[in-house]
Amino acid sequence: MNHKQQIMAYDKFNILRSTAVPLPIENIDTDQIIPARFLKATERVGFGDNLFRDWRYNPDNTPKKDFVLNNPVFSGKILVGGKNFGSGSSREHAAWAIYDYGFRCVVSSFFADIFRGNCLNIGVLPVQVSPEFAEKIFAAIFADPKTEIEVNLSAQTITLLATGEKETFDINSYKKNNMLNGFDDIDYLQSIKPEIEEFAANLPL
Amino acid sequence: MVRKIEGGPDVLFIDRHLIHEVTSPVAFLGLKSRGIKVLYPNRTFATADHNTPTINQHLPVADPLSANQLKALESNSNEYGISYWGLGHQKNGIVHVVGPEYGITQPGATIVCGDSHTSTHGAFGAIAFGIGTSEVEMVLATQCIMQPKPKKMRININGKLGMGVTPKDVALFIISQLTTSGATGYFVEYAGDVFENMSMEGRMTVCNLSIEMGARGGMIAPDETTINYVKGREFTPKGEAWDKALAYYKTLKTDADAVFDKELTFDGAAIEPMITYGTNPGMGMGISHDIPDAAHVEGGAATYAKSLGYMGFHEGETMVGKPVDFVFVGSCTNGRIEDFRAFTSLVKGKHKADNVTAWLVPGSHIVEAQIKEEGLLDILTEAGFELRQPGCSACLAMNDDKVPAGKYAVSTSNRNFEGRQGPGSRTMLASPLVAAAAAVTGKVTDPRTLIEELV
Repeated sequence: MNHKQQIMAYDKFNILRSTAVPLPIENIDTDQIIPARFLKATERVGFGDNLFRDWRYNPDNTPKKDFVLNNPVFSGKILVGGKNFGSGSSREHAAWAIYDYGFRCVVSSFFADIFRGNCLNIGVLPVQVSPEFAEKIFAAIFADPKTEIEVNLSAQTITLLATGEKETFDINSYKKNNMLNGFDDIDYLQSIKPEIEEFAANLPL
Repeated sequence: MVRKIEGGPDVLFIDRHLIHEVTSPVAFLGLKSRGIKVLYPNRTFATADHNTPTINQHLPVADPLSANQLKALESNSNEYGISYWGLGHQKNGIVHVVGPEYGITQPGATIVCGDSHTSTHGAFGAIAFGIGTSEVEMVLATQCIMQPKPKKMRININGKLGMGVTPKDVALFIISQLTTSGATGYFVEYAGDVFENMSMEGRMTVCNLSIEMGARGGMIAPDETTINYVKGREFTPKGEAWDKALAYYKTLKTDADAVFDKELTFDGAAIEPMITYGTNPGMGMGISHDIPDAAHVEGGAATYAKSLGYMGFHEGETMVGKPVDFVFVGSCTNGRIEDFRAFTSLVKGKHKADNVTAWLVPGSHIVEAQIKEEGLLDILTEAGFELRQPGCSACLAMNDDKVPAGKYAVSTSNRNFEGRQGPGSRTMLASPLVAAAAAVTGKVTDPRTLIEELV
């Protein structure tokens, strides 16, 4: 990509080595990630406090002890979710909440489209792995919560460091470059504005 | 398409951009921090809907956070020269209801909104899909977004729909067959005489729910029904421009030899009135069926058990006869006049069950006015129902219209996720007819049994 980038929109992402938090539930929708009643802010601040709000807290705001984010055994910058992660509402607040809480990478065997795009646009790397490798990751974390996972964006690999088992993942080269450099799309689109204006001037209708 | 990026997404020009109060404020903040303007303000339209009260809309909004968000939409719209239809404005209403009503939605147009149910507009043969807030900012700044090309799926349904089977049932049936992720990565075309014979409102209901099986968008080829709906609306082209538009609309057909990445065919006559029993829209079945065993459901048994546990239901049970506490009729899925006609036709001459709280929320002021003009309100009032004011309401329960924890709602909306209609709420998705049957009997009831009584 040879366009001039003006703004580093979020942290650069290259190699992330971290323990991970397991959430082996399928079809985790964005209403669970951040319930609608917490979407009333007009600034992008504080969403991490309400990440998985209703799974994480009782109605009286006491923590639910059996939820993984309340279990001190599990921590890290990688969230590993079940199949079809991020379905439902297009709310980017879900990705913001994940980022704000401290995750930089979400791993699943399948992602919902809009959620995946939202993550890529704000600097959270969605890593789609095979169902078999997802099972291996869950098993490894439950066997040893201190086990480390390495996500290498340049090489497009995800590795269980204890055993060296790894898989490659897909990401398009444009988005990969953005993530590696902390760029976002707006500067790119701004840079081709004359082309956009010419296109608009020649629309058939 | 403005440009194709090698190894990357396409740069797609957006003809129409709809915004609302929840997913736009951070996008405007982004514009401000970068010091850039809205490139084409006349291509963006703003309405307040997600967060608005559905009673006493003439009074100030009581919740300060909601009021602040609504104020942000108003001041941002004014600052950047965007049409703003706020509370109290005649054109205020649910974004996916008012867009088509005023002719903003047009065949062949690219339409986006920071809302996943933007797929609704595909009913007109538009390329319409939901986007995130970063993309809202991109559209405001450059009228473009960057999207990879989706795969193509066609769903064919032919045959005569049975008594009491509505477009909502057709959609819930499709989703139950594909699961909540079965169309992820695809744009879906709906084809066959079931859709050809559907009204525009029915088509909107079907396309609206495309996202509930993971498809970003769904569409139906424009035909005479489409053109008759679009013609003469406020933002529809007029005069010579209309002739030109009409010629263009008529070209918007799938080639006879088009190849789809996936093609599915179902028999329309086999579809029953549907109801959901779980916590995603794919967990639906014909109302006369029993809740399936985990072994017969795609996905993991643990997730399935969690879902049924949340609902308080068990494998093998019938849904008919389950108690119902709340009935919600409305939303971008089923908040249009035909939905209220259907609901009213079934409750006419009956009375709301005492154990049921019913929220009837029109999608717009036009729908609200039609309900009154057509005499539906009189029938509804006679049957013990009240009509509220337009908005998204209990579909996502951002305002005060929340179903309490543990309570059961039969809802014509689009999502039965845990807590969607209020923390701890339990939602059963269904058509306006199934909602009506529940509202008058106080329990899950097959509407066909009540229609037969009428006949």
